Amino acid sequence: MEGAALLGRLTWQLADVIEIVPETAHVKTLALDVPDWAGHRTGQHVDVRLTAEDGYQVERSYSIASAPSGSRVDLTVERLDDGEVSPYLTDELHSGDQLELRGPVGGYFVWEPSLKGPVLLVGGGSGVVPLMAMIRERAAAGSDVDMRLLLSSRSWEEIIYRDELERLSGDGLRVVHTLTRSRPDGWTGFARRVDAEMLAEVGPAVEDRPHVYVCGPTPFVEAVANALVGLGHQPHEIKTERFGPTGG
Amino acid sequence: MDALMLDGNAVAGLLQEVFGAEMTTAIGTCAACGSSAAVGAVHVFRAAGVVLRCPYCGSVLSKIVERQTQTCVDLRGLRALDRT
Repeated sequence: MEGAALLGRLTWQLADVIEIVPETAHVKTLALDVPDWAGHRTGQHVDVRLTAEDGYQVERSYSIASAPSGSRVDLTVERLDDGEVSPYLTDELHSGDQLELRGPVGGYFVWEPSLKGPVLLVGGGSGVVPLMAMIRERAAAGSDVDMRLLLSSRSWEEIIYRDELERLSGDGLRVVHTLTRSRPDGWTGFARRVDAEMLAEVGPAVEDRPHVYVCGPTPFVEAVANALVGLGHQPHEIKTERFGPTGG
Repeated sequence: MDALMLDGNAVAGLLQEVFGAEMTTAIGTCAACGSSAAVGAVHVFRAAGVVLRCPYCGSVLSKIVERQTQTCVDLRGLRALDRT
């Protein structure tokens, strides 16, 4: 086990910021080049560390948004007004800057094409980020696994990755939106919080034993996971990832 | 339910520092109720330190406090912690 322990050792490294891409009014993607990146699995995170001039340090964990691709790592960050880290990442960081990070970390909330399907992804707001990595990995691998995304957003304008999700839809990927606060004129889709009825309508049949991944704010994850268990999904097939106001 | 609650995924990096290995897929068994869960699925609260709680009964499984160069780890609430 000594070898495994050595491999598991984490080191902080400097990433170069290649590009900052606005996704919605409050969400940006940081495209990073990490020179010694060992690769990652979809659903994994990195820890980001900021150091102030007086030496004060603060760390946050962010999901990786991109499928594995060389030394390129994309993080998608939602700006939380009272956050300690996200306002810096979304407002102050520019291409050409450097960012300190370590990872990849985590192994529980992970999907890879070899797991087959069917797969049900349920996201709340920026909870779509690790799910997007899975969707991108599925596309990059040319997989035809039955994958369905049910994404809850406040409004049409706040749907993260909206255009790319539309582009990737089809060939076994189904994307369904629900808009909880406001809807564009003529909206005929779901217009309420995710509930058991919606999950039953969108998700694969319980008998098909789908792998289920739920990511979002803690109350969202609790409600969705409870509804899934109520529908008869096996608790061990439901992987959850919660983020809270302290995530900023 | 507490909106400030996170889960084991959020402290994957810290746990890897402490144990020298990926721990979110390890299975922890609660000393109080005997239930088992992947570490990624246990409930996590952050304050001055990190507190891991059983997702079934809410008992404290582990407390981790970092101070300067020291990391203090209390595992009294875990009956077992299995890595495969």
